[in-house]
Amino acid sequence: MSLAAAPKLWRRLEQLLDRALGARANPIRHLGALAFLAFWLLALSGLWLYAVLDTSASGAYASIEALSRVPWSIGGVLRSMHRYGADAFVMLTALHLLRELLHGRFRHFRRFSWLTGSALLPIIAVSAVGGFWLNWDRLGQFSATATAEWLDALPLLGSTLARNFLTTANVSDRLFSLFVFVHVGMPLLLVFGLWFHIQRITRAEVFPPRPLAVGFLATLLALALALPIQSQGPAQLASIPPSLAIDWFILFAHPLMYATSAGLVWAIAMVGFLALLLLPFVPTRIARPTVAVVDPDNCSGCQRCFVDCPYAAITMAAHPSKRAGHQIAVVDVDLCAGCGICVGACPSSTPFRHIEELVTGIDMPQQALTTLRSALRQRLQQHAQSSPHDAADTGPIVLFRCSQGADASAETAGDVITLPLICTGQLPPSFIDYALRDGAAAVVVATCRLSGCTYRLGAQWTSERLSGAREPHLRAAYRDAPNVMLIEADAGENREIDMGLTTMRARLTQFKATSV
Amino acid sequence: MVEVPSTAPRAAPATRRGPAAWVGQIILYGLFALTIGVFSHWPPYHHLSGDEALVKLSIVHAGKPVSDCRQRTPEELAKLPPNMRAATNCPRERSPLVVELDIDGKPAARMSAPPSGLSRDGASAVYRRLPVAAGEREFAVRMRDNARSAGFDYTLERRVTLKPAQVLVIDFDPHRGTLTLQ
Repeated sequence: MSLAAAPKLWRRLEQLLDRALGARANPIRHLGALAFLAFWLLALSGLWLYAVLDTSASGAYASIEALSRVPWSIGGVLRSMHRYGADAFVMLTALHLLRELLHGRFRHFRRFSWLTGSALLPIIAVSAVGGFWLNWDRLGQFSATATAEWLDALPLLGSTLARNFLTTANVSDRLFSLFVFVHVGMPLLLVFGLWFHIQRITRAEVFPPRPLAVGFLATLLALALALPIQSQGPAQLASIPPSLAIDWFILFAHPLMYATSAGLVWAIAMVGFLALLLLPFVPTRIARPTVAVVDPDNCSGCQRCFVDCPYAAITMAAHPSKRAGHQIAVVDVDLCAGCGICVGACPSSTPFRHIEELVTGIDMPQQALTTLRSALRQRLQQHAQSSPHDAADTGPIVLFRCSQGADASAETAGDVITLPLICTGQLPPSFIDYALRDGAAAVVVATCRLSGCTYRLGAQWTSERLSGAREPHLRAAYRDAPNVMLIEADAGENREIDMGLTTMRARLTQFKATSV
Repeated sequence: MVEVPSTAPRAAPATRRGPAAWVGQIILYGLFALTIGVFSHWPPYHHLSGDEALVKLSIVHAGKPVSDCRQRTPEELAKLPPNMRAATNCPRERSPLVVELDIDGKPAARMSAPPSGLSRDGASAVYRRLPVAAGEREFAVRMRDNARSAGFDYTLERRVTLKPAQVLVIDFDPHRGTLTLQ
């Protein structure tokens, strides 16, 4: 199996879990949000632990150990959840990064999020490893010594940090102040980093769907109760513990260093980190997306595109007309994903306007709305001319499908008029109305799966617009109409669209039979 | 508009319900708990093999100056600004630290550590971890901190019985001016 197959395999796994659990309960659709939840769990449980921690070299171990003496006590459970939460946080962060990497989400308008996310990795590593030192048991002793020896491999330091852990007399309360800074100060820095990380995306999912959040927390609680974390004896610098129950999620680098060398671990860390930072700048054949263009004469300043843009690429400014209070949308070309969701949000994007060339407030140059309307009209006319008296014909089905999502193998079927869109969020709901009035027997809109949208919010906005929960909405008369269908199908799930079309044909045939 | 009766769901639900979904979730959360629970403790890590001890050779010590202080000539003094005309010129650079360790008569470590700092006037530091077999061992440590001397300025020879997993620290006590084993 080649590396090129990895993205496809990941997508298959996402789709499999979607089918089994539904998108809202599918954890690998919400890895970032779950990592956020784990972080807040760590912050809250950490506050409790900090309150009971004796921050001195001689008292730290006893203060934490006291929590474990009472089985199933709040402190003991929180201590275990803190540790398991940290493991989950590290695992979820790694999977989140892997998912974005496999989906190729690190270039162009996503560069900022990628870079700010990658920059958090060293902070996470330092915060996580530092937590083991505060306990000052034999695992903490091992980790602190190994970390010091790793840092000493750098030629910059005049003295050796590892001397701090030669004998018990070397470990002072002042050194513990440094430990506290590492494990409390760095997570505070992480909060700021996370805030930066989600700056350029609107409605960032910082809390997973409730069923997932409940399941995640309940699992960690069950684990904490079933397998409580125990200390591994007080630190004794005069000896090396013969066997350590090591946390491989967080402390894997220590054994790796002793099995190889500190220099190799430094090389792996530095090369890996630099590769992540340089990845968005690697030349690629994937062109920068063509960005949305605002037409001042048709922009009313209603702010719908500003609200719906998934990447905060639109701001509102004073309209060139200089009319008091009149605003205009302004597109930031560096942030624009070219998804067209703003076009679908624009109230001027209605095909019913009696103008030859449909010019809307904001449009995509690579697939202008007027082109879409012309194509729809032309294809409907062609169909009407090709089968005017065919008794078996139930009328054409117009399929608006997302170019990022599933394809339809039934596209070649004579009764289906397929109109691919950059994203279904680009589709103004009035186009459905327009198609049905202009001769379509049915309209099928195929979005990507919820939480699987390449442009984050396209599938959600489409669903909400079609159900009337979001402006611009589909006319009430069509919302529950059986000849209007919304299908969720990710790339590769062509069968979902085929099945939807088959269902729609059956509905149309049934209707024709009953109405004769 | 064509009116047709409804016979099928409109879109795949975002949340699945029913026994299959519950079983799926239980399996998934079970796998998650198993992964976290197992790899946060297991497999155990053995830093040393059962019959090994660890010797840590760690010394931080500032070597002696590489040369003596000397008197500046009147010509040299004249070239200096009036406020800097000190008659005695002492070089800042210190000697590198040379440390040798023999265990049971065999060379175990040979190190030369340069002085730290841009002017090479700081302390030199050596640090080495040496896993050794537990039992009675003969240690011989030698250290030179003066580039102008030929031999070693400090030596220590001692027989130590090391227990398995014991950490033996070889250091230098600057107050007493001796090498130490602890």
